[in-house]
Amino acid sequence: MAMEDVTGRPRPPMRSRISPVDWARRNLFSSVGNTALTLFCLWLLWLAVPPFLDFTIFSAVWTGATREVCLGPDKGACWPLVWANLGQFIYGRYPEDEIWRVNVVFALGFAAIVPALIPSAPAKRFNLIFLLVIYPLIALVLLAGDRPGLRPVPTSEWGGLLVTLVVALTGIVVSLPLGIVLALGRRSSMPAIRTVCIVFIEFWRGVPLITVLFMASVMLPLFLPEGMSPDNLLRCLVGVALFSSAYMAEVVRGGLQAIPAGQYEAARATGLTYWQAMGLVVLPQALRHVIPGIVNTFIGLFKDTTLVLIVGIFDLLGQVRAQLSDPSWTVPQGALTAYIFAALVYWVFCFGMSQYSNFMERRLNTSRER
Amino acid sequence: MSGANTPKKMTVSDKVMIEMTGVNKWFDDFHVLKDIGLKVNEGERIVIAGPSGSGKSTLIRCINRLEPHDEGRIVIDGIELTEDLKRIDEVRREVGMVFQQFNLFPHMTVLENCTLAPIWVRKMPENEARDLAMNFLERVRIPEQAMKYPGQLSGGQQQRVAIARALCMNPKIMLFDEPTSALDPEMIKEVLDVMVELAQEGMTMLCVTHEMGFAREVANRVVFMDAGEIIEEAPPEEFFNSPKNARTKEFLAQILAH
Repeated sequence: MAMEDVTGRPRPPMRSRISPVDWARRNLFSSVGNTALTLFCLWLLWLAVPPFLDFTIFSAVWTGATREVCLGPDKGACWPLVWANLGQFIYGRYPEDEIWRVNVVFALGFAAIVPALIPSAPAKRFNLIFLLVIYPLIALVLLAGDRPGLRPVPTSEWGGLLVTLVVALTGIVVSLPLGIVLALGRRSSMPAIRTVCIVFIEFWRGVPLITVLFMASVMLPLFLPEGMSPDNLLRCLVGVALFSSAYMAEVVRGGLQAIPAGQYEAARATGLTYWQAMGLVVLPQALRHVIPGIVNTFIGLFKDTTLVLIVGIFDLLGQVRAQLSDPSWTVPQGALTAYIFAALVYWVFCFGMSQYSNFMERRLNTSRER
Repeated sequence: MSGANTPKKMTVSDKVMIEMTGVNKWFDDFHVLKDIGLKVNEGERIVIAGPSGSGKSTLIRCINRLEPHDEGRIVIDGIELTEDLKRIDEVRREVGMVFQQFNLFPHMTVLENCTLAPIWVRKMPENEARDLAMNFLERVRIPEQAMKYPGQLSGGQQQRVAIARALCMNPKIMLFDEPTSALDPEMIKEVLDVMVELAQEGMTMLCVTHEMGFAREVANRVVFMDAGEIIEEAPPEEFFNSPKNARTKEFLAQILAH
């Protein structure tokens, strides 16, 4: 019986058990060149890793209330600086009395995202509606406080990880659906729609994100009448979302191109409408093909949020930089410590996304049990 | 109606299901369909034969408007095919199609492949659609594969699923576009058997195929096409035993030689 692989995916490689010594001999010391490269890499690691571990762990200062604990020779990272400023790093200049609101938003978001990401969790539909529709509204009301009983907090007082997450999540939530629509539009047989989508995509892909943010923050208010100009953060959110939609559209288009025309034709031939054929037959297959590309765009977007700093919005990185000028914590190794901390936070989020994408890929592949 | 019809045990009514008049179609400069006229009555089984590139597939793809025609009229069960999307959808609901490459949806089980259109197009409740699909999967003799994915089935099994999927919409007309051409020889029979049964049940069928045995057994008429034209149209005995046109003779000599 011919088992045809309709998707053309390669089969997983065979795994055999070999001892570590055998493995090293086969992979690291198989030839003179390989041996030399292995030794060279070990030497590089020897140069880099011990000093790094020494700085961040062994010689690091872990506790203390003032900068004095970190002064002196042979002192490594000054972690008390991070503990002391943690509030600033997470909330920025958000008023201290109102920080509970941010915490509620964080907790609600966490409680909604985790079950949404677990495929076997119940009530998926309600969970997603809550996460994508109700939760953003709750978050907006709580964070901005533009309702009776809540003190308004202008976005200029938001900062730190809060801003990073707001910009990144808005970008992610908007760019995927908008990117899909743009990708479909670019492949449309209707010339007007196709042209609009091509112009949109190529415009946003053609300009640097910094330009977009500058335009949104500095130029846009000049064109709009006095008092009409929307909030600075909101303008940046829109800019980031449209920018990443253009990239997302091209990723999705790549997936659409991998699906044979016969799939669409078969769907239409059974009477499904264009949107049904796309939504039920073509897109589920196309998006599966491009999960790595989609997550790649998400990760890029997450890190690009740091650019909002240049239009005066203090995200995590901006807040970390701002805090370095605080005289009560000026120590020689302060900047390095703070940047390592920021890098670690970004890494945790990005690595988390990449691991989740791997998990989804494996799961979608095995669910097909070829 | 081309009066030469001699129905076998299967009945043909007077109701016209497909009427194509003066149909022309171009792919850019290439004139792929030339002045096609074809009339098919309810219960008729038409086999379309001809060399590759003669426009056979394009002709049947025009019947459910997977390809739009440029000139002429195509009327399916009283509905004329035009730009009007509502009418196109109406026609597609009544016309089932089976493709050379099966075109099953690889991300869905066999059962889901079959229930998709009844649920979304006919708005049928899910359990009802499932019963209906199992019924047709039994008729094509693969109910035990219902929970598998298409990639786990052989080509012959996949094509039978594709037939069941089309039948689930309860179509009045079935179109077959070279249904056995992508199959290994040992699987051709299992698919043809299903198609013969379907013909015996009185389904209106248009089939592009090179299976001349199938044509002899079930067709009322064989339509021979070459270079975008219908060259000859005759009941199978007449078509195979006394073809009139020189090109038909040449084609038959080639195809029956082995």
